[in-house]
Formats: sequence, structure tokens, C-alpha cells
Amino acid sequence: MSIKISETLTFECETGNYHTFCPISCVAWLYQKIEDSFFLVVGTKTCGYFLQNALGVMIFAEPRYAMAELEEGDISAQLNDYQELKRLCLQIKKDRNPSVIIWIGTCTTEIIKMDLEGMAPKLENEIEIPIVVARANGLDYAFTQGEDTVLAAMAHRCPEQNFLNNKKQEIKDKRIKDLFSFRFNETEEKNTKFNNSINKTSLVLFGSLPSTVASQLSLELKRQSIHISGWLPAQRYTDLPVLGNAVYVCGVNPFLSRTATTLMRRRKCKLIGAPFPIGPDGTRAWIEEICSVFGIKTQGLEEREKQVWDNLTDYINLVRGKSVFFMGDNLLEISLARFLIRCGMIVYEIGIPYMDKRYQAAELTFLQTTCKKMCIPMPRIVEKPDNYNQIQRMRELQPDLAITGMAHANPLEARGINTKWSVEFTFAQIHGFTNAKDVLELVTRPLRRNNNLENLGWTNLVK
Amino acid sequence: MKLAYWMYAGPAHIGTLRVASSFKNVHAIMHAPLGDDYFNVMRSMLERERDFTPVTASIVDRHVLARGSQEKVVDNISRKDKQERPNLIVLTPTCTSSILQEDLQNFVERASAVSDSDIILADVNHYRVNELQAADRTLEQVVRYYLDKARRQENFSVSLTEKPSANIIGIFTLGFHNQHDCRELKRLLKDLSIEINQVIPEGGFVENLHMLPKAWFNLVPYRETGLMTAKYLEKEFGMSYISTTPMGIVDIANCIRQIQERINTQYPILLKKKINYEPYIDEQTKFISQAAWFSRSIDCQNLTGKKAVVFGDATHAASITKILACEMGIRVSCAGTYCKHDQEWFKEQVQNFCDEILITDDHTKVGDMIARVEPSAIFGTQMERHIGKRLDIPCGVISSPVHIQNFTLGYRPFLGYEGTNQVADLVYNSFTLGMEDHLLEIFGGHDTKEVITKSLSTDTDLTWSSESLLELNKIPGFVRGKIKRNTEKFARQNGITQITAETMYAAKEALNA
Repeated sequence: MSIKISETLTFECETGNYHTFCPISCVAWLYQKIEDSFFLVVGTKTCGYFLQNALGVMIFAEPRYAMAELEEGDISAQLNDYQELKRLCLQIKKDRNPSVIIWIGTCTTEIIKMDLEGMAPKLENEIEIPIVVARANGLDYAFTQGEDTVLAAMAHRCPEQNFLNNKKQEIKDKRIKDLFSFRFNETEEKNTKFNNSINKTSLVLFGSLPSTVASQLSLELKRQSIHISGWLPAQRYTDLPVLGNAVYVCGVNPFLSRTATTLMRRRKCKLIGAPFPIGPDGTRAWIEEICSVFGIKTQGLEEREKQVWDNLTDYINLVRGKSVFFMGDNLLEISLARFLIRCGMIVYEIGIPYMDKRYQAAELTFLQTTCKKMCIPMPRIVEKPDNYNQIQRMRELQPDLAITGMAHANPLEARGINTKWSVEFTFAQIHGFTNAKDVLELVTRPLRRNNNLENLGWTNLVK
Repeated sequence: MKLAYWMYAGPAHIGTLRVASSFKNVHAIMHAPLGDDYFNVMRSMLERERDFTPVTASIVDRHVLARGSQEKVVDNISRKDKQERPNLIVLTPTCTSSILQEDLQNFVERASAVSDSDIILADVNHYRVNELQAADRTLEQVVRYYLDKARRQENFSVSLTEKPSANIIGIFTLGFHNQHDCRELKRLLKDLSIEINQVIPEGGFVENLHMLPKAWFNLVPYRETGLMTAKYLEKEFGMSYISTTPMGIVDIANCIRQIQERINTQYPILLKKKINYEPYIDEQTKFISQAAWFSRSIDCQNLTGKKAVVFGDATHAASITKILACEMGIRVSCAGTYCKHDQEWFKEQVQNFCDEILITDDHTKVGDMIARVEPSAIFGTQMERHIGKRLDIPCGVISSPVHIQNFTLGYRPFLGYEGTNQVADLVYNSFTLGMEDHLLEIFGGHDTKEVITKSLSTDTDLTWSSESLLELNKIPGFVRGKIKRNTEKFARQNGITQITAETMYAAKEALNA
């Protein structure tokens, strides 16, 4: 075997000829997350056909997204972009009346240099609906990074803290007036609530999670008496969190580096760099990091983690000693690999589309310590992998499990290599203590399937 | 700009890739940004392909935007040439690359100099043709390329095969039931003692394309893909082609008669004696295929005059319309297609078999039409199936675009005599569901939203008289529960505790009113 065993993590970079989803796919989960939004993807038939095919059945549920399909006249500038977009957005306003329209710029709008950012504020005033512009295109980004571009754009729309402080003053003034009225108690109650949230340094989490997962994570932090003042994105666009220089922010997903940068540089927030709450080990480290920033001593976390690990025993027995190969397509790879190593698996290679060593610093360190702790060689991290080369390497290594995109899953299965479709990790609930089981449920599914089909003599199904 | 949620036909490059990857040992390289290779996902998932889809992307990224592709495309081509040793590499432009306007032909020439494979640039305009048109063009382009090459190398013979033979043109990957249709066509031709010269593109080798002219004629089962190639072969080699789709008993017979006529008139010397397929047609129609008998049976009588709507690609929509109208006596209220480029042909085909014709690629227009017509059944694509679900109208899927459930493992041809059986089943099953619905209607409506009692058991405060129970038992089983619930609901609303046969009919009347 040709794997390199080294003490430090090695980073390589290949040709970038790999399969992944186009970042516009983020509309699929974001339109469901942000209930009052409408996503308008400004692109060609190619983009539309991708969404239609990749998102399968969802398209028939009257989704709150659509294509603004560019035609030849748009490309050759025979039609006026602004007028065209205005026409479509007015139609959307009439049919759906959303609280925000999000324009997703694509490769085509980049190439023809359509000035979406320039047009949006003008049109916004004209039609009186906020328009947020995110350039989630395949020229610059891969798959989940689409969410990153949308959230980074949305970070600019979050209300400012100073603005709220003024409001607080207003309320104080009003309170004096109210002293003479009968509605005193009600207002008093409101104000106490308000003071609490403002006076304490507040914490905003960023990253789109299903609402149940979001409340699970909120509860975990509440146990350590940390109150979350808001989420980016919130369930509704109108509930975006307050940002400012007294606000701490922390990411829940590894692909949100642009959002993190925007929050720090443009909104002056303080970023808490922590491993991501994936797996019980990750969740604990994430909570501990947040607590240490707020100077809180954690309570009962160690037991909580241990209890989760105990519940996972059956799954861990299945995966221990088995090897994994991440082909890389959604940027969750480092965190997942770290969790699987902690479960006793051997990771040969972590392919990843893009590696932000600063944003993921804590996660990378955690990966390193986990490898040492488990006495497992450091995996190689391959940025911008080359799928062809990876398949050659896989032939040599014969991993027990390949985590890969759908383009390669069936062909690999036919050659006797077990696969798990990587996109499922993006759509499944994998964050926090509660969902650690779900990750292993996914990872072990092919292994369990094998236990059922073993000894039938048809693992290799190609001539 | 156009506000769009759904499209019937995909972008042009999908068509090119479908043709290229149907051939054996042909590799396609897309000049495209990251993420545009979802064709691989479609092929791997829908067709459940065991092999890696022979399509890679030469990625267009920021650097390419700034400086042009330069060596990148050429490198990718020659690299693939060394890795896979394909016979042919098809450089495929996408919508992105067609705006970049790079000189891809130049890359092709440069790469040709250093590769062993043949290399061509797919000649399709992204903003003018759709998936199906692009597939048609690409197939013609590949065939032309290899016939020209053979002509230059003077290594091809136009001598015909000894026995009557045919090429089947237009069977390809991700086509609607294409694999099954191909098997059925082969069987049909075998029955007619016609040899198969070549099937293209599915499973064909480009090296063998120079032997295409050896066949006596070409068979083009689907209008969308293959006609251009057949016309090219006719022009260059005088090969006649038959483009009557052998779908439905009448058109199968038409198709076979055309074959007979071509062979008898064009090759009398080679043949020595005249062939006569009439006894075969007769035998198959009456006794092998069940469809002709089915349309005489009383089951089919019940379908007489029922309203249906048909929508799909030109081939399937036209054939199904004709089958419904002439072979089953069903009234086609509207027939339509999204193949706008072929609308003249489509209109001509169906004009006597339907009340109105709809040519559109906007699914909302199709939905509105269905809602207005209120047919008893729809025959369409996956989109119409979903429209049907929303409107509570059963739908049989007869055309692309389709989901994975239409890539069946079992044998389900639409063409040939076995195809007639499959179509008859499909039609009948769609309408039977409609009949059940109708019975439900007669005995009291669809309103299941209002729950009267949570349990389905009989411990209610209502008592049924013996005669009313007898009456209840007369009602067909599958609607009995519903009638019972409706009657009880009616009784409760009217303060009746003892249910008699009168109550039942009063309930029915009340609900119908």
C-alpha cells in the first residue's frame, strides 16, 4: 500500500477534475429553510435542467424558486436586463408575495457580466421587496459553498446593533410615559426581556439547519446557560439576527468561510473558531470552545458525550477497523473523517473541493489529535481532487467504503466497492449529540446491506 | 428572459452526450464549469449504469475566464486519449462555453495532432436547439465523419449484404423504453427474415460505421433522433429509410408493408422472389398480439367515447393519439407535443384523431388545458402525471421526460406487437382507476377530509336495519366503506339513529345535490 504515514497532516492539490453539484443547488434547502423567501436563479437551460433533475420530486410541490431563463436576446444584450428582471420580479411579487427575493447569479451572468449587484438596489426601491444577490456559480464554487455565498450576502441585511440601542432608548422614554398608564406591567415585562438580550454579549450562530436540529443545538447550549440571540439564516427573512461589534458568531458548518469573513470584516463580529458540532466529539468540542469564550465552566458535558458514545456501540462495532475513502464534493469531509476516525475507522484519503485552513483551523487540529489518540496514520487531504486518479488509487487500496457522488456510486458498486452517496450527508440531520446516530446510520448502511447479501457470490458485477 | 420552473427537453449538450456515451469506446469532454457534469449522475442513476459514464469535463473556472482555456482543453483531450484509448473523443460545448466563444475547433485540430483517437467538435448551437435536436445532429455528424473518413481511405464497400438487412437508427441512452423497444424491433425484423446490419448509436462501435451502407434500408423508430442521419444516408448512398413508428397495430402493419414494398421494388434482382408479409401481419394482429382482440372485448367497449388528453414528444404523442382514437374508440380531446420544431408533422398526423392540438413547451399551459378539458385519463410525461395527481385524474406515462420508475427492469417495449400489449395494459389500467372513481362518485362523493369517527370499526351509536345491511352488501366492495361512512355522516347530521335503506338513498341524494 502506498499511503504515507506521517505525523503532520499533508495537503495536496490535484487537477480539479472532480464531480460535484453546482452551487445553485443550495436553493433546494434554503428555500425550505427561509419560509418567506423566493429564489430566482438567473441562468440558462443547463442550470434549470440541473435543478429539475437533482431535486427530483421537490419540483412538483410548487417550490418557491424559479429560473429566470436567459435567452439568446439576453446574451447578446438585445433585451434590457433591468426591464426583464423587473418584469419577472413583479410577477413573482404578484403570485407569491415573498418577504425577500434572492437572485442567484450563475456562470452565464458572470461571463456576460450582468450587473446584478448594481441592479438589485434600484429594483428593490421600485418594487418594494428586498433583493439579495448571491453569486453561486460553478466558476468559483462547489456545491455547499452556494449556501455560503447566500448567507454572506444576507449578513449585510442583518439589523445593526446601534440601531437597536437607539430603539432601547426610545422604549425607555416611552416607559416614562407609560408610568401613568395602566399598561405598565406589560411594557415592563417586554423591556426586561429586551435588556437581557442586549446587555449580555450575544451569540449568533450561522449556517442553515433544519429547525429541529437548530433547537437541539440551542438546547445543548442552554444547558450550559448560554443563550443564543439569533441564527443566520432564521426561519423567516424578517427575523434576521442583530449583528454588531459586541456579537460573537460561531459557524455550524465547515463550508461557511465567506460568511465568517463577512461577519468579521464587514459586521465587526467576533468569530469563535471551533470544530464543528458533527459527531459527539465534535459537538462537545464545539460547546466547550463557545463556553470558554464566554468564560463559562461546562457542566456534565463529558458524561453527556460518553452516554452518546455508549448508545452508538452497536454501530461502532460494525465500523471499527474498516477503511474509508472520501472522494470529496461537499466540504463536510474533514469533520466527517474526524468523527469516523474517532469511531475507529481508518481514513485513507480526504478529498475536498476547497480547504480554508483558517476557518477550519480548529477542526484540522482536532483531526490531528484524534488521529494521535486513536493511533491511526494521518490521512492525506487532497484539495481539488482528480476523480480519475482517485479511482486508480481506490483500485489499489480497496477501501471498505467510498463516500462519493452519485456519478461514481453505481459503477464502484458494480466493481465490488461499497459506496455511500455523499449528498445524503448534506440533507440528513447530522449535527449535535442527538444526530450522531444518523451519521453512523448512513455510514453503516452499505456495510449492513452487505451483511445481508453476503455469500451470494455476486459482488463483482462487471465483465 | 423567461420565468421557468420545469422544462420538457433539456439543454443541447445533454443530447450530444447521450449520443456520444451510447456508442462504445467513445469519450465526451465537456467544456464546462464545475457542476455541469450532472449528466453522469442522470445516466448512472436512471439507467443504473454499471460502467463509469465516459464523460469528463474540462473545467472552465476563473482562470479560464481571465486567460482563455489555452492548453487546458488540449491537455485534457490528450490525457483522456492516453488513459482510456477511446476511438473517438467528442468535444462538447455547453451554454457557458458558447458565450466564451473560444475557438474550440482549433483545440480539436491541435489535439488531433498529438492523439491516436479521432476528435470532433460537436456542432450544436446552445441557444437554438434543444436536447433532442442536438442528439439528432450529433448522430448525423458522427456518421458523416466516419463515412467521409472511410471514403478518403477508400476502405469501404457499398456492396449490399446478401440477405435483406436493416440498420436501426436512433436507439440511445436515457431514451424512453429504448432498450426494450430495440429488443422488440430486432425480434420483429428477425420474424421478417431481415438481418440487423447495425444498431446505432446504442452499443455501436464508430469503427463499424463505414459498413452502414451495406444494409438494404434504414429503420428510424423515433422521429426525434435518427432522421437526419437517415436523410444523409439516403442522399449520399441512395439508402431508403422508413420512419413510420411501429407503435400500435395499424402503424406496425403500415411499417411492415412499407418494408415489403421497398424491398420488393428496390431489390428485385437480389431477391429472386417477391416477399409477402401479409400472412405474418394477419397472424400477429389476430392471435399473437392481444391488443386487437382486446379492442373488440367488452372491457374496451366501456371505454368508448371516454375523454383522454395526450401530451409528449412528437413520436409518442402522435402514436398514442392514433391508438386511442382508431384502435380503442377513445375520444382524444386534446393531443399535444413539446417538440415545437416538428409541429407541422405532428399536426398532420393527429388532426383527424383529436378535437384540438396543443403545441407548447410550457407545462402550465398543459396543466390549464387538462383542467379545462377534464379528461377521464391523461397520457403524458412525468409532469402530466403530477398534474393528474393534483387534479385527481389518472395518468399513464408515455413519453420522456421520465423518472427512474420508467426505466423498468422488466420487459416493457412500446414498439412492435409486444408493445401493443403493453400499451393496451397501460391504457386500460389508467381508465379502470377512472371507473372506480366514477363509482365512488355515484355513491357519494370524494369528501374524505372530514373525519366522522376515528376508528373504522362498527361500534357506533348507529344501528343498521337488516334490509339496509343487505343493501350495503350489494355495493361493490371497494366503495362500500365509503358509502357506509357517508350514510352514517348523513344520519348523524339529520339525527337519525336507525339506518334504513331509505336513509341510504336519502344520503346519496343529499350528497349528489
